[in-house]
Amino acid sequence: MSHLLDVENLWVKFPTRNGVFDAVRGISFSLGRERLGIVGESGSGKSMTGRAVLQLIRKPGRVEADRMEMNGTDLLGASDKAMRKIRGRHISMIMQDPKYSLNPVMTVGQQIIEALRTHEKVSQAEARKRALEMLDAVAIRDPERVMGLYPHEVSGGMGQRIMIAMMLIPNPEILIADEPTSALDVSVQLQVLEIMDKLVKDRGMGLIFISHDLNLVSKFCDRVVIMYAGRIVEVCEASKLHEAKHPYTQGLLNSVPDLVHPRPRLEVLTRDPAWREAPSVSALL
Amino acid sequence: MSAIDINALNVWFGEGDDRNHAVKNVSLKIAKGESFGLVGESGSGKSTVLRTLVGLVDDWDGRMEVDGKVLGRKRDGAFYKTVQMVFQDPYASLHPRMTVDQVLSEVLKLHGFKDVNDRVNRLLEQVGLGGGFRFRYPHQLSGGQRQRVAIARALASEPRILLLDEPTSALDVSVQAEILNLLTDLRAEFGLTYLMVSHDLGVIGHMCERIAVMQFGEIVEELDVENMRKLSAGHAYTQHLLESSLGSVR
Repeated sequence: MSHLLDVENLWVKFPTRNGVFDAVRGISFSLGRERLGIVGESGSGKSMTGRAVLQLIRKPGRVEADRMEMNGTDLLGASDKAMRKIRGRHISMIMQDPKYSLNPVMTVGQQIIEALRTHEKVSQAEARKRALEMLDAVAIRDPERVMGLYPHEVSGGMGQRIMIAMMLIPNPEILIADEPTSALDVSVQLQVLEIMDKLVKDRGMGLIFISHDLNLVSKFCDRVVIMYAGRIVEVCEASKLHEAKHPYTQGLLNSVPDLVHPRPRLEVLTRDPAWREAPSVSALL
Repeated sequence: MSAIDINALNVWFGEGDDRNHAVKNVSLKIAKGESFGLVGESGSGKSTVLRTLVGLVDDWDGRMEVDGKVLGRKRDGAFYKTVQMVFQDPYASLHPRMTVDQVLSEVLKLHGFKDVNDRVNRLLEQVGLGGGFRFRYPHQLSGGQRQRVAIARALASEPRILLLDEPTSALDVSVQAEILNLLTDLRAEFGLTYLMVSHDLGVIGHMCERIAVMQFGEIVEELDVENMRKLSAGHAYTQHLLESSLGSVR
Protein backbone atom coordinates (compact mmCIF):
# COMPACT_ATOMS: atom_id res chain seq x y z
CA MET A 1 0.00 0.00 0.00
CA SER A 2 1.28 3.43 -0.76
CA HIS A 3 -0.38 5.28 2.07
CA LEU A 4 1.90 7.48 4.09
CA LEU A 5 0.48 6.09 7.26
CA ASP A 6 -1.71 3.14 8.15
CA VAL A 7 -2.98 2.59 11.64
CA GLU A 8 -5.26 -0.27 12.60
CA ASN A 9 -6.94 -0.82 15.93
CA LEU A 10 -4.88 1.65 17.91
CA TRP A 11 -5.23 1.70 21.69
CA VAL A 12 -3.55 4.01 24.14
CA LYS A 13 -3.79 2.72 27.70
CA PHE A 14 -2.81 4.23 31.00
CA PRO A 15 -2.80 2.01 34.06
CA THR A 16 -4.20 3.85 37.07
CA ARG A 17 -5.05 2.89 40.62
CA ASN A 18 -8.63 2.28 39.53
CA GLY A 19 -7.82 0.05 36.60
CA VAL A 20 -6.67 0.77 33.07
CA PHE A 21 -7.80 4.02 31.50
CA ASP A 22 -8.17 3.84 27.74
CA ALA A 23 -7.44 7.22 26.19
CA VAL A 24 -7.76 5.89 22.65
CA ARG A 25 -9.98 2.88 22.10
CA GLY A 26 -9.28 0.94 18.95
CA ILE A 27 -9.28 3.45 16.14
CA SER A 28 -8.19 2.79 12.58
CA PHE A 29 -7.18 5.38 10.03
CA SER A 30 -4.84 5.93 7.16
CA LEU A 31 -3.24 9.02 5.75
CA GLY A 32 -2.58 9.49 2.06
CA ARG A 33 -1.07 12.58 0.51
CA GLU A 34 -3.90 14.55 1.97
CA ARG A 35 -4.85 16.72 4.85
CA LEU A 36 -6.63 14.72 7.51
CA GLY A 37 -8.35 16.57 10.29
CA ILE A 38 -8.92 15.04 13.70
CA VAL A 39 -11.48 16.94 15.74
CA GLY A 40 -12.90 16.50 19.18
CA GLU A 41 -13.05 18.09 22.59
CA SER A 42 -10.25 17.99 25.09
CA GLY A 43 -10.02 14.48 26.46
CA SER A 44 -11.34 12.85 23.31
CA GLY A 45 -7.98 11.27 22.58
CA LYS A 46 -7.06 13.28 19.52
CA SER A 47 -3.70 14.48 20.84
CA MET A 48 -2.94 11.02 22.17
CA THR A 49 -3.48 9.62 18.69
CA GLY A 50 -0.91 12.04 17.28
CA ARG A 51 1.57 11.21 20.01
CA ALA A 52 1.04 7.48 19.69
CA VAL A 53 2.07 7.59 16.04
CA LEU A 54 5.40 9.10 17.06
CA GLN A 55 5.73 6.74 20.04
CA LEU A 56 5.70 9.72 22.34
CA ILE A 57 3.42 8.19 24.96
CA ARG A 58 5.32 8.21 28.20
CA LYS A 59 5.48 5.21 30.50
CA PRO A 60 3.44 3.82 32.17
CA GLY A 61 1.22 4.58 29.18
CA ARG A 62 1.07 1.85 26.54
CA VAL A 63 0.40 1.93 22.82
CA GLU A 64 -1.16 -1.15 21.26
CA ALA A 65 -2.23 -1.68 17.68
CA ASP A 66 -2.68 -4.42 15.14
CA ARG A 67 -0.71 -2.47 12.59
CA MET A 68 1.04 0.89 12.46
CA GLU A 69 3.11 1.54 9.37
CA MET A 70 4.66 4.54 7.73
CA ASN A 71 5.18 4.00 4.01
CA GLY A 72 5.31 0.30 4.75
CA THR A 73 7.84 0.69 7.58
CA ASP A 74 6.65 -0.74 10.86
CA LEU A 75 6.47 1.83 13.63
CA LEU A 76 5.22 -0.43 16.37
CA GLY A 77 8.32 -2.56 16.71
CA ALA A 78 10.77 0.25 15.92
CA SER A 79 13.57 0.67 18.44
CA ASP A 80 14.12 3.94 20.24
CA LYS A 81 17.10 4.57 17.99
CA ALA A 82 15.09 3.95 14.84
CA MET A 83 12.30 6.20 16.13
CA ARG A 84 14.75 9.04 16.67
CA LYS A 85 15.64 8.83 12.99
CA ILE A 86 11.98 8.89 12.03
CA ARG A 87 10.94 11.76 14.28
CA GLY A 88 11.66 15.06 12.65
CA ARG A 89 13.04 13.56 9.45
CA HIS A 90 9.96 11.63 8.33
CA ILE A 91 7.22 12.57 10.76
CA SER A 92 7.24 15.90 12.51
CA MET A 93 4.90 17.25 15.11
CA ILE A 94 3.88 20.77 15.95
CA MET A 95 2.89 20.79 19.58
CA GLN A 96 0.06 22.59 21.23
CA ASP A 97 1.90 25.12 23.33
CA PRO A 98 5.07 26.78 22.08
CA LYS A 99 5.77 28.05 25.58
CA TYR A 100 6.47 24.54 26.82
CA SER A 101 7.82 23.05 23.62
CA LEU A 102 10.69 25.41 22.86
CA ASN A 103 13.93 25.11 24.77
CA PRO A 104 14.04 28.10 27.10
CA VAL A 105 17.83 28.27 27.31
CA MET A 106 18.62 28.20 23.59
CA THR A 107 18.09 31.02 21.16
CA VAL A 108 15.48 30.54 18.47
CA GLY A 109 18.17 30.44 15.80
CA GLN A 110 20.20 27.76 17.55
CA GLN A 111 17.12 25.58 17.94
CA ILE A 112 16.11 25.80 14.31
CA ILE A 113 19.66 25.16 13.14
CA GLU A 114 19.91 22.19 15.49
CA ALA A 115 16.70 20.76 14.06
CA LEU A 116 18.12 20.98 10.56
CA ARG A 117 21.62 19.74 11.31
CA THR A 118 20.40 16.74 13.26
CA HIS A 119 18.93 15.35 10.10
CA GLU A 120 20.98 16.84 7.30
CA LYS A 121 24.68 17.35 6.76
CA VAL A 122 24.92 21.06 6.07
CA SER A 123 27.43 23.68 7.07
CA GLN A 124 26.65 26.12 9.86
CA ALA A 125 26.51 28.99 7.38
CA GLU A 126 24.16 27.12 5.06
CA ALA A 127 21.98 26.07 7.99
CA ARG A 128 21.78 29.64 9.16
CA LYS A 129 20.76 30.81 5.73
CA ARG A 130 18.03 28.21 5.51
CA ALA A 131 16.82 28.98 9.01
CA LEU A 132 16.47 32.62 8.01
CA GLU A 133 14.53 31.67 4.89
CA MET A 134 12.30 29.40 6.92
CA LEU A 135 11.54 32.14 9.45
CA ASP A 136 10.76 34.42 6.56
CA ALA A 137 8.44 31.76 5.12
CA VAL A 138 6.42 31.70 8.34
CA ALA A 139 5.93 35.47 8.09
CA ILE A 140 8.30 36.59 10.78
CA ARG A 141 9.37 40.13 10.06
CA ASP A 142 13.02 40.82 10.77
CA PRO A 143 14.21 37.18 11.02
CA GLU A 144 17.81 38.29 11.74
CA ARG A 145 16.73 39.78 15.04
CA VAL A 146 14.42 36.91 15.97
CA MET A 147 17.21 34.36 15.45
CA GLY A 148 19.03 35.85 18.42
CA LEU A 149 16.03 35.94 20.76
CA TYR A 150 15.21 33.48 23.51
CA PRO A 151 11.74 31.89 23.59
CA HIS A 152 10.60 34.03 26.53
CA GLU A 153 11.28 37.12 24.46
CA VAL A 154 8.81 36.24 21.72
CA SER A 155 5.03 36.33 21.83
CA GLY A 156 2.96 33.14 21.87
CA GLY A 157 1.95 33.63 18.27
CA MET A 158 5.49 34.16 17.17
CA GLY A 159 6.62 31.15 19.20
CA GLN A 160 4.20 28.97 17.31
CA ARG A 161 5.45 30.21 13.97
CA ILE A 162 8.98 29.43 15.11
CA MET A 163 7.83 25.92 15.99
CA ILE A 164 6.35 25.51 12.52
CA ALA A 165 9.60 26.70 10.97
CA MET A 166 11.59 24.30 13.10
CA MET A 167 9.39 21.34 12.28
CA LEU A 168 9.28 21.95 8.56
CA ILE A 169 12.95 22.67 8.01
CA PRO A 170 14.08 18.99 7.80
CA ASN A 171 11.43 18.42 5.12
CA PRO A 172 9.38 15.64 6.73
CA GLU A 173 6.85 13.58 4.77
CA ILE A 174 4.20 13.69 7.43
CA LEU A 175 3.37 16.64 9.60
CA ILE A 176 1.24 16.22 12.68
CA ALA A 177 -0.05 19.58 13.79
CA ASP A 178 -1.62 19.49 17.23
CA GLU A 179 -3.72 22.63 17.64
CA PRO A 180 -1.11 24.64 15.77
CA THR A 181 -3.03 27.88 15.69
CA SER A 182 -5.09 27.87 18.86
CA ALA A 183 -2.65 30.31 20.41
CA LEU A 184 -2.65 32.68 17.45
CA ASP A 185 -4.73 35.74 16.62
CA VAL A 186 -7.41 35.29 13.99
CA SER A 187 -5.64 37.63 11.62
CA VAL A 188 -2.42 35.60 11.75
CA GLN A 189 -4.18 32.26 12.12
CA LEU A 190 -5.27 32.22 8.52
CA GLN A 191 -1.91 33.40 7.34
CA VAL A 192 -0.06 30.70 9.27
CA LEU A 193 -2.47 28.03 8.09
CA GLU A 194 -2.04 29.18 4.53
CA ILE A 195 1.74 28.97 4.91
CA MET A 196 1.43 25.51 6.39
CA ASP A 197 -1.03 24.51 3.71
CA LYS A 198 1.22 25.74 0.94
CA LEU A 199 4.30 24.02 2.34
CA VAL A 200 2.38 20.79 2.77
CA LYS A 201 1.08 20.97 -0.80
CA ASP A 202 4.37 22.00 -2.39
CA ARG A 203 6.30 19.22 -0.71
CA GLY A 204 3.63 16.60 -1.21
CA MET A 205 3.42 16.05 2.53
CA GLY A 206 0.65 14.39 4.44
CA LEU A 207 -0.88 16.49 7.18
CA ILE A 208 -2.69 15.38 10.29
CA PHE A 209 -4.39 18.44 11.65
CA ILE A 210 -5.58 18.02 15.21
CA SER A 211 -7.96 20.72 16.37
CA HIS A 212 -11.05 21.43 18.39
CA ASP A 213 -12.17 23.96 15.82
CA LEU A 214 -14.50 22.18 13.42
CA ASN A 215 -14.91 25.07 11.07
CA LEU A 216 -11.22 25.65 10.76
CA VAL A 217 -10.64 21.99 10.05
CA SER A 218 -13.37 21.88 7.45
CA LYS A 219 -11.65 24.67 5.62
CA PHE A 220 -8.10 23.33 5.73
CA CYS A 221 -8.55 19.60 5.42
CA ASP A 222 -9.72 17.08 2.86
CA ARG A 223 -11.10 14.53 5.27
CA VAL A 224 -12.27 14.96 8.83
CA VAL A 225 -12.33 12.38 11.59
CA ILE A 226 -14.49 13.26 14.59
CA MET A 227 -13.44 11.68 17.85
CA TYR A 228 -15.38 11.25 21.04
CA ALA A 229 -14.19 9.46 24.17
CA GLY A 230 -11.30 7.74 22.41
CA ARG A 231 -13.28 6.52 19.44
CA ILE A 232 -14.08 7.79 15.99
CA VAL A 233 -17.76 8.64 15.79
CA GLU A 234 -17.83 9.94 12.26
CA VAL A 235 -15.64 10.33 9.18
CA CYS A 236 -16.60 12.70 6.42
CA GLU A 237 -15.40 14.81 3.56
CA ALA A 238 -14.40 18.19 4.93
CA SER A 239 -16.54 19.99 2.39
CA LYS A 240 -19.58 18.03 3.55
CA LEU A 241 -19.00 18.57 7.25
CA HIS A 242 -22.13 20.66 7.55
CA GLU A 243 -24.15 17.68 6.42
CA ALA A 244 -22.69 15.61 9.25
CA LYS A 245 -25.15 13.14 10.69
CA HIS A 246 -23.84 12.32 14.13
CA PRO A 247 -25.53 14.38 16.86
CA TYR A 248 -22.16 15.00 18.50
CA THR A 249 -20.75 16.58 15.34
CA GLN A 250 -23.90 18.63 14.89
CA GLY A 251 -23.77 19.72 18.52
CA LEU A 252 -20.19 20.87 18.16
CA LEU A 253 -21.04 22.79 15.01
CA ASN A 254 -23.96 24.51 16.67
CA SER A 255 -22.11 25.58 19.78
CA VAL A 256 -19.85 27.95 17.86
CA PRO A 257 -20.95 31.58 18.11
CA ASP A 258 -21.57 32.96 14.67
CA LEU A 259 -20.89 36.55 13.80
CA VAL A 260 -23.30 36.80 10.90
CA HIS A 261 -26.18 34.71 12.23
CA PRO A 262 -26.59 35.71 15.85
CA ARG A 263 -28.63 33.64 18.27
CA PRO A 264 -29.74 34.73 21.71
CA ARG A 265 -28.41 31.53 23.25
CA LEU A 266 -25.80 29.08 22.17
CA GLU A 267 -26.71 25.46 21.90
CA VAL A 268 -25.22 23.31 24.60
CA LEU A 269 -24.25 19.72 23.93
CA THR A 270 -26.27 17.08 25.66
CA ARG A 271 -24.19 13.96 25.74
CA ASP A 272 -25.67 10.60 25.05
CA PRO A 273 -23.91 7.75 26.92
CA ALA A 274 -24.52 5.57 23.86
CA TRP A 275 -21.95 7.61 21.86
CA ARG A 276 -19.25 6.33 24.15
CA GLU A 277 -20.20 2.70 23.56
CA ALA A 278 -20.80 2.81 19.83
CA PRO A 279 -18.07 1.02 17.86
CA SER A 280 -15.34 3.12 16.34
CA VAL A 281 -15.85 4.10 12.70
CA SER A 282 -12.97 3.14 10.43
CA ALA A 283 -11.13 5.94 8.65
CA LEU A 284 -8.97 3.64 6.54
CA LEU A 285 -8.58 4.54 2.91
CA MET B 1 -23.33 58.69 34.13
CA SER B 2 -21.34 55.96 32.44
CA ALA B 3 -20.21 52.82 34.19
CA ILE B 4 -16.72 53.20 32.80
CA ASP B 5 -15.29 56.38 31.35
CA ILE B 6 -11.70 56.29 30.18
CA ASN B 7 -10.21 59.44 28.77
CA ALA B 8 -6.85 59.73 27.02
CA LEU B 9 -5.29 56.76 28.77
CA ASN B 10 -1.61 56.14 28.16
CA VAL B 11 0.29 53.18 29.57
CA TRP B 12 3.98 52.44 29.48
CA PHE B 13 6.07 49.44 30.35
CA GLY B 14 9.77 49.37 31.08
CA GLU B 15 12.36 52.03 31.72
CA GLY B 16 14.75 54.12 29.63
CA ASP B 17 15.43 52.77 26.16
CA ASP B 18 13.14 49.80 26.70
CA ARG B 19 10.21 52.02 27.55
CA ASN B 20 7.32 50.73 25.56
CA HIS B 21 4.26 52.83 24.94
CA ALA B 22 1.70 50.03 25.23
CA VAL B 23 -1.53 52.00 25.23
CA LYS B 24 -1.80 55.29 23.38
CA ASN B 25 -4.45 57.86 24.04
CA VAL B 26 -7.32 55.42 24.53
CA SER B 27 -10.76 56.79 25.34
CA LEU B 28 -13.80 54.67 26.06
CA LYS B 29 -17.28 55.30 27.41
CA ILE B 30 -19.34 52.36 28.53
CA ALA B 31 -22.89 52.89 29.68
CA LYS B 32 -24.44 51.07 32.62
CA GLY B 33 -25.68 47.64 31.69
CA GLU B 34 -23.89 47.68 28.40
CA SER B 35 -21.66 44.93 27.12
CA PHE B 36 -18.64 46.34 25.38
CA GLY B 37 -16.03 44.39 23.46
CA LEU B 38 -12.41 45.20 22.93
CA VAL B 39 -10.78 43.33 20.06
CA GLY B 40 -7.34 43.26 18.56
CA GLU B 41 -4.32 41.08 18.10
CA SER B 42 -2.04 39.98 20.88
CA GLY B 43 0.16 42.88 21.83
CA SER B 44 -2.39 45.49 20.77
CA GLY B 45 -2.87 46.60 24.38
CA LYS B 46 -6.43 45.39 24.91
CA SER B 47 -5.67 43.39 28.05
CA THR B 48 -3.47 46.19 29.32
CA VAL B 49 -6.44 48.55 29.32
CA LEU B 50 -8.29 46.14 31.60
CA ARG B 51 -5.31 45.55 33.83
CA THR B 52 -4.72 49.26 34.21
CA LEU B 53 -8.34 49.81 35.08
CA VAL B 54 -8.20 47.32 37.97
CA GLY B 55 -4.90 48.71 39.21
CA LEU B 56 -2.49 46.00 38.11
CA VAL B 57 -0.37 48.48 36.14
CA ASP B 58 1.30 51.51 37.73
CA ASP B 59 2.81 53.50 34.90
CA TRP B 60 -0.13 55.28 33.34
CA ASP B 61 -1.62 58.70 32.87
CA GLY B 62 -4.99 59.94 31.73
CA ARG B 63 -8.33 59.96 33.43
CA MET B 64 -10.36 56.93 34.41
CA GLU B 65 -13.77 57.06 36.02
CA VAL B 66 -15.83 54.19 37.31
CA ASP B 67 -19.40 54.97 38.32
CA GLY B 68 -18.54 58.65 38.26
CA LYS B 69 -15.62 58.27 40.66
CA VAL B 70 -12.20 59.29 39.42
CA LEU B 71 -9.58 56.61 39.95
CA GLY B 72 -6.32 57.51 41.61
CA ARG B 73 -3.11 55.56 41.92
CA LYS B 74 -4.49 53.18 44.52
CA ARG B 75 -7.79 51.34 44.41
CA ASP B 76 -9.80 50.99 47.61
CA GLY B 77 -12.05 48.21 48.78
CA ALA B 78 -15.12 49.98 47.46
CA PHE B 79 -13.65 49.87 43.96
CA TYR B 80 -13.26 46.11 44.08
CA LYS B 81 -16.82 45.81 45.31
CA THR B 82 -17.88 47.49 42.08
CA VAL B 83 -15.39 46.06 39.60
CA GLN B 84 -14.10 42.52 39.30
CA MET B 85 -12.07 40.75 36.68
CA VAL B 86 -12.13 37.26 35.17
CA PHE B 87 -8.83 36.17 33.72
CA GLN B 88 -8.04 34.24 30.61
CA ASP B 89 -6.47 31.09 31.87
CA PRO B 90 -8.49 29.16 34.44
CA TYR B 91 -5.50 26.85 34.86
CA ALA B 92 -3.30 29.68 36.11
CA SER B 93 -5.72 31.96 37.90
CA LEU B 94 -6.76 29.61 40.71
CA HIS B 95 -4.42 28.80 43.58
CA PRO B 96 -3.46 25.13 43.17
CA ARG B 97 -3.38 24.48 46.92
CA MET B 98 -6.67 26.12 47.81
CA THR B 99 -10.00 24.38 47.56
CA VAL B 100 -12.90 26.07 45.83
CA ASP B 101 -14.30 26.74 49.30
CA GLN B 102 -11.11 28.49 50.44
CA VAL B 103 -10.86 30.52 47.22
CA LEU B 104 -14.40 31.84 47.59
CA SER B 105 -14.38 32.23 51.39
CA GLU B 106 -11.19 34.28 51.29
CA VAL B 107 -12.71 36.75 48.86
CA LEU B 108 -15.95 36.95 50.83
CA LYS B 109 -14.09 37.61 54.09
CA LEU B 110 -11.96 40.29 52.44
CA HIS B 111 -15.13 42.03 51.39
CA GLY B 112 -16.45 41.85 54.94
CA PHE B 113 -19.37 39.51 54.42
CA LYS B 114 -20.56 37.70 57.52
CA ASP B 115 -22.67 34.89 56.07
CA VAL B 116 -19.75 33.31 54.22
CA ASN B 117 -21.08 29.76 54.36
CA ASP B 118 -24.42 30.56 52.71
CA ARG B 119 -22.81 32.81 50.18
CA VAL B 120 -20.33 30.17 49.02
CA ASN B 121 -23.21 27.81 48.38
CA ARG B 122 -25.21 30.48 46.60
CA LEU B 123 -22.26 31.49 44.41
CA LEU B 124 -21.67 27.91 43.35
CA GLU B 125 -25.37 27.59 42.53
CA GLN B 126 -25.25 30.78 40.48
CA VAL B 127 -22.44 29.55 38.26
CA GLY B 128 -24.05 26.16 37.79
CA LEU B 129 -21.78 24.15 40.04
CA GLY B 130 -23.44 22.21 42.82
CA GLY B 131 -22.29 22.01 46.41
CA GLY B 132 -20.38 18.86 45.48
CA PHE B 133 -17.66 21.00 44.02
CA ARG B 134 -17.12 23.01 47.15
CA PHE B 135 -14.23 21.08 48.63
CA ARG B 136 -12.37 20.25 45.46
CA TYR B 137 -8.97 21.47 44.43
CA PRO B 138 -8.47 23.08 41.02
CA HIS B 139 -6.72 20.00 39.61
CA GLN B 140 -9.90 18.03 40.29
CA LEU B 141 -11.88 20.32 38.00
CA SER B 142 -12.09 20.56 34.23
CA GLY B 143 -11.23 23.77 32.42
CA GLY B 144 -14.85 24.83 32.16
CA GLN B 145 -15.51 24.13 35.83
CA ARG B 146 -12.44 26.13 36.80
CA GLN B 147 -13.63 29.07 34.76
CA ARG B 148 -16.97 28.82 36.55
CA VAL B 149 -15.13 29.02 39.86
CA ALA B 150 -13.21 32.04 38.61
CA ILE B 151 -16.51 33.66 37.64
CA ALA B 152 -17.97 32.80 41.05
CA ARG B 153 -14.97 34.43 42.70
CA ALA B 154 -15.50 37.56 40.61
CA LEU B 155 -19.19 37.62 41.55
CA ALA B 156 -18.47 37.19 45.27
CA SER B 157 -18.26 40.90 46.02
CA GLU B 158 -21.52 41.52 44.13
CA PRO B 159 -19.86 43.77 41.57
CA ARG B 160 -21.77 45.77 38.98
CA ILE B 161 -18.98 45.72 36.43
CA LEU B 162 -17.15 42.64 35.21
CA LEU B 163 -13.96 42.86 33.20
CA LEU B 164 -13.60 39.72 31.14
CA ASP B 165 -10.17 39.04 29.72
CA GLU B 166 -10.57 36.32 27.07
CA PRO B 167 -12.76 34.29 29.42
CA THR B 168 -13.28 31.39 27.04
CA SER B 169 -10.21 31.23 24.84
CA ALA B 170 -8.72 28.35 26.82
CA LEU B 171 -11.88 26.26 26.55
CA ASP B 172 -13.47 23.85 24.09
CA VAL B 173 -16.23 25.25 21.87
CA SER B 174 -18.84 23.14 23.61
CA VAL B 175 -17.69 24.40 27.02
CA GLN B 176 -17.29 27.90 25.65
CA ALA B 177 -20.97 27.82 24.71
CA GLU B 178 -21.87 26.92 28.31
CA ILE B 179 -19.72 29.70 29.79
CA LEU B 180 -21.01 32.31 27.34
CA ASN B 181 -24.59 31.31 28.14
CA LEU B 182 -23.77 31.58 31.84
CA LEU B 183 -22.34 35.07 31.35
CA THR B 184 -25.41 36.09 29.37
CA ASP B 185 -27.71 34.82 32.14
CA LEU B 186 -25.72 36.49 34.91
CA ARG B 187 -25.78 39.78 33.09
CA ALA B 188 -29.55 39.60 32.70
CA GLU B 189 -30.02 38.55 36.33
CA PHE B 190 -27.79 41.13 38.02
CA GLY B 191 -27.80 43.89 35.40
CA LEU B 192 -24.05 43.69 35.05
CA THR B 193 -21.89 45.81 32.80
CA TYR B 194 -19.33 43.86 30.81
CA LEU B 195 -16.08 45.01 29.34
CA MET B 196 -14.85 42.02 27.42
CA VAL B 197 -11.57 41.46 25.69
CA SER B 198 -11.29 38.80 23.03
CA HIS B 199 -9.58 38.09 19.77
CA ASP B 200 -12.52 35.95 18.68
CA LEU B 201 -14.94 38.16 16.80
CA GLY B 202 -17.58 35.45 16.87
CA VAL B 203 -17.59 35.51 20.66
CA ILE B 204 -17.53 39.30 20.80
CA GLY B 205 -20.33 39.53 18.26
CA HIS B 206 -22.40 37.14 20.35
CA MET B 207 -21.81 38.90 23.65
CA CYS B 208 -21.42 42.61 22.96
CA GLU B 209 -23.43 45.48 21.60
CA ARG B 210 -20.53 47.72 20.78
CA ILE B 211 -16.90 47.04 20.05
CA ALA B 212 -13.67 48.96 19.79
CA VAL B 213 -10.82 47.68 17.65
CA MET B 214 -7.29 48.16 18.89
CA GLN B 215 -4.06 48.04 16.96
CA PHE B 216 -0.58 48.95 18.19
CA GLY B 217 -2.00 50.38 21.41
CA GLU B 218 -4.53 52.66 19.78
CA ILE B 219 -8.23 52.39 19.19
CA VAL B 220 -8.59 52.50 15.45
CA GLU B 221 -12.34 52.21 15.30
CA GLU B 222 -15.48 51.92 17.36
CA LEU B 223 -18.52 50.31 15.84
CA ASP B 224 -21.74 48.63 16.84
CA VAL B 225 -22.47 45.01 16.34
CA GLU B 226 -24.94 45.65 13.52
CA ASN B 227 -22.24 47.18 11.37
CA MET B 228 -19.92 44.43 12.38
CA ARG B 229 -22.38 41.85 11.10
CA LYS B 230 -22.82 43.72 7.87
CA LEU B 231 -19.03 43.75 7.60
CA SER B 232 -19.14 47.47 7.03
CA ALA B 233 -16.14 48.64 8.96
CA GLY B 234 -14.69 52.05 8.28
CA HIS B 235 -11.09 51.16 8.99
CA ALA B 236 -9.06 48.85 6.76
CA TYR B 237 -7.66 46.94 9.71
CA THR B 238 -11.10 46.21 11.14
CA GLN B 239 -12.23 45.01 7.75
CA HIS B 240 -9.20 42.73 7.59
CA LEU B 241 -9.97 41.35 11.06
CA LEU B 242 -13.60 40.72 10.15
CA GLU B 243 -12.70 39.02 6.91
CA SER B 244 -10.07 36.81 8.45
CA SER B 245 -12.37 35.77 11.23
CA LEU B 246 -15.05 34.88 8.71
CA GLY B 247 -12.45 33.08 6.65
CA SER B 248 -11.53 30.93 9.57
CA VAL B 249 -15.08 30.12 10.54
CA ARG B 250 -16.39 29.28 7.13
